[in-house]
Amino acid sequence: MATVAERLATVWEPPRSVYSTLASVDHKVIGKRYLATAFVFLIAGGLEAAVIRAQLTHSNEHLLSPEAYNQLFTMHGLTMIFWYAFPILSGFSNYFFPLMIGSRDMAYPRMNAFSYWCFLFSGVFLYTGYAVGLGPDRGWFAYAPLTERLYAPGINMDFYTLALIFLTISGTVGSINFIVTAFKLRAPGMSLGRLPLFMYGTLTASFSIIFALPSLSVACVFLYLDRKFGTHFFDPVGGGSAILWQHLFWIFGHPWVYIVVLPALSFVSMIVPTFARRPIVGYTWNVLGVVMTGVIGFGVWAHHMFATGLSPMAMSFFSAGSMTVVIPSAISIFVWLATIWQGRVVLTTSMLFALGFIFLFVIGGVSGVVTAATPFDWTITDTYFVVAHIHYVLVGINLFPVIAAFYYWLPKMTGRMLSERLGKWNFWVMFLSFNLGFFPMHISGLLGMPRRIFTYPAGVGWDTVNLITSIGSYIFAIGVLLFVINFFWSLFNGPPAGDNPWDASSLEWATSSPPPPYNFEVIPTIGSRDPLWEERLGMGRRSSLRRGPTLAGSGKETLQTSTLDGEPVAILRMPEDSIWPFIVSLALLAAFYGLVTSVWGLALAGGVLTLVGVHGWLWPSRTAVEA
Amino acid sequence: MMRPASRPAHTLAVLGWWLLAISLLVVLIIGLLELIPIFRHRGSTLADTPLVNTPPSTRWIIIGVVLTGFTLIGTFAYSMVVMGETVSPDGQPALTIEIVGHRWWWEARYPRTRSSGSFTTANELHIPVGVPVRLQVASADVIHSFWIPRLHGKIDVIPGVRNQFWIRADSAGRYRGQCAEYCGLQHSNMAVYVTAESADRFRSWLAAQSRPAVVPPDGEAARGVHRFMETCALCHTVRGTEASGVIGPDLTHVASRATIAGGELTNNRGNLAGWVVNAPSLKPGTLMPRIDLEPSELRAVVSYLETLR
Repeated sequence: MATVAERLATVWEPPRSVYSTLASVDHKVIGKRYLATAFVFLIAGGLEAAVIRAQLTHSNEHLLSPEAYNQLFTMHGLTMIFWYAFPILSGFSNYFFPLMIGSRDMAYPRMNAFSYWCFLFSGVFLYTGYAVGLGPDRGWFAYAPLTERLYAPGINMDFYTLALIFLTISGTVGSINFIVTAFKLRAPGMSLGRLPLFMYGTLTASFSIIFALPSLSVACVFLYLDRKFGTHFFDPVGGGSAILWQHLFWIFGHPWVYIVVLPALSFVSMIVPTFARRPIVGYTWNVLGVVMTGVIGFGVWAHHMFATGLSPMAMSFFSAGSMTVVIPSAISIFVWLATIWQGRVVLTTSMLFALGFIFLFVIGGVSGVVTAATPFDWTITDTYFVVAHIHYVLVGINLFPVIAAFYYWLPKMTGRMLSERLGKWNFWVMFLSFNLGFFPMHISGLLGMPRRIFTYPAGVGWDTVNLITSIGSYIFAIGVLLFVINFFWSLFNGPPAGDNPWDASSLEWATSSPPPPYNFEVIPTIGSRDPLWEERLGMGRRSSLRRGPTLAGSGKETLQTSTLDGEPVAILRMPEDSIWPFIVSLALLAAFYGLVTSVWGLALAGGVLTLVGVHGWLWPSRTAVEA
Repeated sequence: MMRPASRPAHTLAVLGWWLLAISLLVVLIIGLLELIPIFRHRGSTLADTPLVNTPPSTRWIIIGVVLTGFTLIGTFAYSMVVMGETVSPDGQPALTIEIVGHRWWWEARYPRTRSSGSFTTANELHIPVGVPVRLQVASADVIHSFWIPRLHGKIDVIPGVRNQFWIRADSAGRYRGQCAEYCGLQHSNMAVYVTAESADRFRSWLAAQSRPAVVPPDGEAARGVHRFMETCALCHTVRGTEASGVIGPDLTHVASRATIAGGELTNNRGNLAGWVVNAPSLKPGTLMPRIDLEPSELRAVVSYLETLR
């Protein structure tokens, strides 16, 4: 008789073919695709930034035309904020959610595949516009009425609205999947109080997405209608309101900031205890902090609008809200510090990036407080000070934890270690050059340099700071390149990682590296927050990782447990691979091409094909009927 | 924040320096709190570093968060006091100037005073030193933001919204500003200058600007008038003549201004000629079109413009 592993492999491991590549619903495959695709977008956004910095290195530079510059800075912002910062986090979450909770896949594997394809195709869609010289050119924030047809007659901004609408489909579907997975598919015994902190970041961000993204979609639909069909949502001359766009955009936009940092913070909450060699201090505090950030994050949006002529009462409210949101961030910081103080630090590359992140988080945090002080914001809003702030937030609080996470979890994904020696070079080059390049942006802002200018005159005193910023950002690019080199070196030459190279405490380290398609031979039973450490922490053996249900039947199955306590509830039949998510996304892509070019026949065909595809997707399979 | 030249700008700068000081202090403290344990309780490798099994103590988390809370409350209170002091004019405004943002230049409308009539000018404002001046801002097209860094903060200039703001200058001088809200292709070339001067000089400036243009009696400039009225007058106004277009800047006293093209070019004969004949090559995207003129016509038009002092 076949062993459990063999039987599971027959069920979970599809034969390799082109079809199975496009049809795969394995969360690990999808997670890796998310990571790779988002990283490509990071490189694309980085190259755009490199050209921008060349243009700004000194005054009166004519490397770029104003139009080329405006497209570049818009694409840089869009790429980094939408197609890199969140998807890269989704990649980690996709890969590790089931592994951390002892499940065999995400709750909705096909939706998961659909979410990835929509992400990929929306990016392809956006870059089609850029490739044919019609890239969005009105900033990632796209303030109306500059985006209205009267002031932006090309279809550039139609690529903007439609690409974002396309992407919000991906984000919404993905978030629902994360929430249901975290609440329903946990291993028996994993109550919410034993959930790895990793999960809380993504969980909170997913709830925020569900409430925040509709505002963006609505704004984009309105703008699309204004532009293509002559409605007047944002057109003051026709009775609309220009300021309405800003409210809709920032009601989405500020929660988005927390959406792209909270999961990253929760990566650090996993990495710090491992390398401080102790369980986290203040688990409950940390959870509260993360969830509070998500909630308060919805009450601060108008701090982007302090110069728009809001009433002093409204401004003081949003200023107070923006200061309050610092409190939960402070909780996170002190939780990490307390863990470091009460542990013994081992300085691996991953830990260096995590510690570097804490420092950059503080700088990005205090500069956030500075912008929240309403009257002072009147002097720094729309200047390079805010550019510095947003980069400390997005690079410091997103990219640094992401690189930390790569050094930490890539060995689990590839089965091979990265070079620690090159890794330390990688960290110091990135950390020092980041501060060299981006800190002076605060100063150029205080010197009065506005954002989004393609050139500046000589004699206003901005040359030196801009030169330093350009030099720093080029060295920073080399730092990112070192990581890429390290990654490829490890793929071919990295020493084998083994199951648990960092001697970490959470469940993903209990299976092999890389994990088998079915993740765990045995669905584990969980008795503490640190199942792999509990014996050495003197708690005795509470969890059972080697014995338990195997669910090695005739089809893909995993266990459903209760939301609060993780009591077993049911055995779930998981769907087989399916080509339909790919086809539906492709049909949507065709529809969006029709909508952007006003080729209504194509839009209609894409829409019909989408409906057909959804029917195919939902059609009961023969095996399911037999089972 | 650097070199404030007015009471409100100074108040904001003091707030800014305080915020900076607090920020540096926080960064320093947290940085030290991070570095000390790294050096004090450091393990060399994972294998050599056993797990730490002491019960967790959250006391310092609570203390840290409470201290953060008090710092934030203090910062908030101070910034609200500053907002109260700077949000509206700190005295009876000497006058109200209407500012209209255009792609990509600034229109300024001055009211009638006892000694001068109302008039419109562009890109170069004059204000009396030592008194608040109220600004009434509006946009002719998209959103702009009016900002003279050394005199006060910003106010967004939003179509369909009537925003009010104010500036003052406490020492005489010429202060540069530029549009702060991204407004399209030439957002970078939308500067504005404010000249602060004594009450007497300001009054005589008002008087000079409110006078209609003098029609040149003869010569090259007089020949230019004809061509100007034929072409330029569709978009530009020259008070005292039939030219009354409202799309471009009022040119009644264009020669009294130091710059043209939204502050992009110095106002001299060469730049004027280049601008008149082929503005789009100097400022791609500008609404000012190419004008086909014979060289003699161009010389005449520029000569006429130079008489508009």
